[in-house]
Amino acid sequence: MIPEIGHFALILALLLAIAQTLFGLGGAARRHAGWMAAGRSAVAGQFVFTALAFGALTWAFVQRDFSVLYVATNSNSELPLLYRIAAVWGGHEGSLLLWALALAGWSLAVTAFSRSLEAPFRSRVIGILGFISIGFLLFMIATSNPFQRLVPPAPDGNDLNPLLQDFALAVHPPILYLGYVGFAVAFSFACATLLEGRLDAGWARWTRPWTLAAWMFLTVGIALGSWWAYYELGWGGWWFWDPVENASFMPWLAGTALIHSLAVTEKRGLFKSWTLLLAVTAFSLSLLGTFLVRSGVLISVHAFATDPARGVFVLAFLATVVLGALLLYAWRAPRLKSAAGFEISSRESFLLFNNAFLVAALGLILLGTLYPLFMDALRLGKISVGPPYFELVFLVPMLPLLALLGVGMHAAWKRGTLAGKRRRLVLLALSALAAALVAGAAVYGELRPLTTIGFMLALWVIGSAILELVQRLRGRQALSGAVLGMVIAHFGLGLAALGITGVQSFRIEKDVALGVGETATIAGYDFRLAALRDVRGPNFVGVEADVLVAKDGRAVTTLRPQKRLYHSGGNPMTEAGIEVGAARDLFAALGEDLGQGRWSLRIQYKPLIRYIWLGALLIALGGGVAAFDRRYRRAAEARESAAATAGASG
Amino acid sequence: MKVPLRFLLPAIAFTALVVVFVVGLRQDPGRIQSPLIGKPAPAFANESLADPAWRVASADFAGRPWLLNVWATWCAGCREEHELLLAIARENRVPMVGLNWRDDRSLALRWLEQLGNPYLAVAFDPEGRTAIDWGVYGAPETFLIGTDGSVRQKHIGPMTRDIWEREFVPLLPVPAGEG
Repeated sequence: MIPEIGHFALILALLLAIAQTLFGLGGAARRHAGWMAAGRSAVAGQFVFTALAFGALTWAFVQRDFSVLYVATNSNSELPLLYRIAAVWGGHEGSLLLWALALAGWSLAVTAFSRSLEAPFRSRVIGILGFISIGFLLFMIATSNPFQRLVPPAPDGNDLNPLLQDFALAVHPPILYLGYVGFAVAFSFACATLLEGRLDAGWARWTRPWTLAAWMFLTVGIALGSWWAYYELGWGGWWFWDPVENASFMPWLAGTALIHSLAVTEKRGLFKSWTLLLAVTAFSLSLLGTFLVRSGVLISVHAFATDPARGVFVLAFLATVVLGALLLYAWRAPRLKSAAGFEISSRESFLLFNNAFLVAALGLILLGTLYPLFMDALRLGKISVGPPYFELVFLVPMLPLLALLGVGMHAAWKRGTLAGKRRRLVLLALSALAAALVAGAAVYGELRPLTTIGFMLALWVIGSAILELVQRLRGRQALSGAVLGMVIAHFGLGLAALGITGVQSFRIEKDVALGVGETATIAGYDFRLAALRDVRGPNFVGVEADVLVAKDGRAVTTLRPQKRLYHSGGNPMTEAGIEVGAARDLFAALGEDLGQGRWSLRIQYKPLIRYIWLGALLIALGGGVAAFDRRYRRAAEARESAAATAGASG
Repeated sequence: MKVPLRFLLPAIAFTALVVVFVVGLRQDPGRIQSPLIGKPAPAFANESLADPAWRVASADFAGRPWLLNVWATWCAGCREEHELLLAIARENRVPMVGLNWRDDRSLALRWLEQLGNPYLAVAFDPEGRTAIDWGVYGAPETFLIGTDGSVRQKHIGPMTRDIWEREFVPLLPVPAGEG
């Protein structure tokens, strides 16, 4: 019964999304207050019913209702409660439902916190969000119903993919989706602006906090995915340039360009049409990612579903939404003119470079991801592009980006002078270079050009962020949330660059075969396989090793890597043993039982790898701090009270 | 109203992309000819899967026809075709070399131990660099390399008896004794 209620709720949510679109857009066009109010109410209704459907599916998982096909496919009776709940989004249908719920949630938040906007504009934003909801709900109901019954019911389920039975991966999709879907808000604001043919830059101010919030979630989601890949896949890698990873990274790059370009549009009224285009692009890339992952056009290790009907549907939806927005852009954007000029070393031009480099990296990654498809369509045969390509095309724009970032942060709006900061910046650059040389030579005993450049740029960005903070504090300037967020995020970016340089330059990875009592050595650390024992979990059995790590005869730590066999079958899973450190990680993963008490072991030394994720979290934190800048709330309150006064007197 | 071209460019570029997607969705990935066919086979010299100290190089097999089969333990199609590969290996008409792609060494070795090993040698390609040279798009893929060192035939997806008999066997030299 409960699954049927869920299915019915989903259909009601679709009808309400249709109402939201018609009343939202129609009400704005006809300036009909009643219709616009109806559009707003539909948002709440759509959220309630989508949440009800989500709750019904969750309930089916919690109750182990194996008469529901999706539940039987993605869980089994031994699965612990936490993972039974996470299993709701462990497959194609449920993750779509999560997507729809996230979209309904954002729509509700936008509706609740946009009272200060003019009614028709607000109504258009709501209508466009409703249109996107229609697409996802219809997709689910037509091709991917999560409530499909299984007759007769399965005695037990298949189990959730063991790779997904992990805390980081349980929380990774919801956070990632909040980010992906959050760009729908910026998209809707941009489309509403274009529809109205607004010439002012006010929309940039309204969009900024929403975009920052979405971008923050996306950053955390990507970082979680990378962290998970590191300890769970057993490779010790942290980024693989897999099409699915690229699908989340491309909207992130577009979003990063967008938040920077929004700053220029808000502050100076420049780059108006470019910013609108970026807002459309960021969400289009989220949709494109969905299409790539779900249609099976690109074969990836973790592509979700390969059903041509689904591919056709997502493609049709993608084409409608994106092409509609881009045509709207072509029609309206030519009217937007940026009157003000700026000088070459003003902050505007640094942000222009920022956008150029980010978009270049984005374009090249998109090209690499779609390359097999292009070759295919042009009948040139199938050719794949791998990590060496992606590493190169990402590195080339990122180096100048980091170099300019350090100066750009200190540049003033409009004016071309660095106002006496030049000497300090030169000094900072020289110290960063000196520190990079010392770090390479003294700590790692090796000087390589690319490593030195990497360390230098990382330290330069970190130093520049600190310098900016110190100067603001010393100058007794008010420290706004936006500036503080910027400083934190850039500091985090520097840390991440430091980590990437360290781990890519000095990591040591070795596969060894060890018997109990034997030792292998990397980077001065002796890894001794001390003991092996059998372990048993709720739904798996496995082997755990004690790997004693010592340096110069002194014990450092004991790593406990596991190899697990889940009852539901499939490949054995690797749980790496990792000793976390500020300067390095020590990593051991069990390979295979070689017989006679010998095991193959993958042992790794990963210098500075933690800073990649720490940096990413700080980047996200910076985004969050900037999103909650008091300015946005004050402005909203001011407009709200003005509107209230006007309403009372009028 | 006339729209300046540069504002239409994003829409045009996106339309082109959609066309590519439509073509991509309609194509059967198994039926695409490899651009490599007729061209010299890309050379490789990788670690052997069985023993990191050994090298498995394409040059080792020069001068006679040989098969290159790209596989991985995470690939369901590879499991599907494995029985047939064993049967082909037993026929002993052409040596089969494996390319273990983006895989875990220990898992791969266990796979061969449990399911049987049809390969004369297996090159280990954990990062997929060799596979890129060969234009590998998904596993499994099977290539036939001729006596002259050029790629003669390629099949994407699990090998079937029918495809083997129809597309590969006619290209093999006639076994001594039958001719």
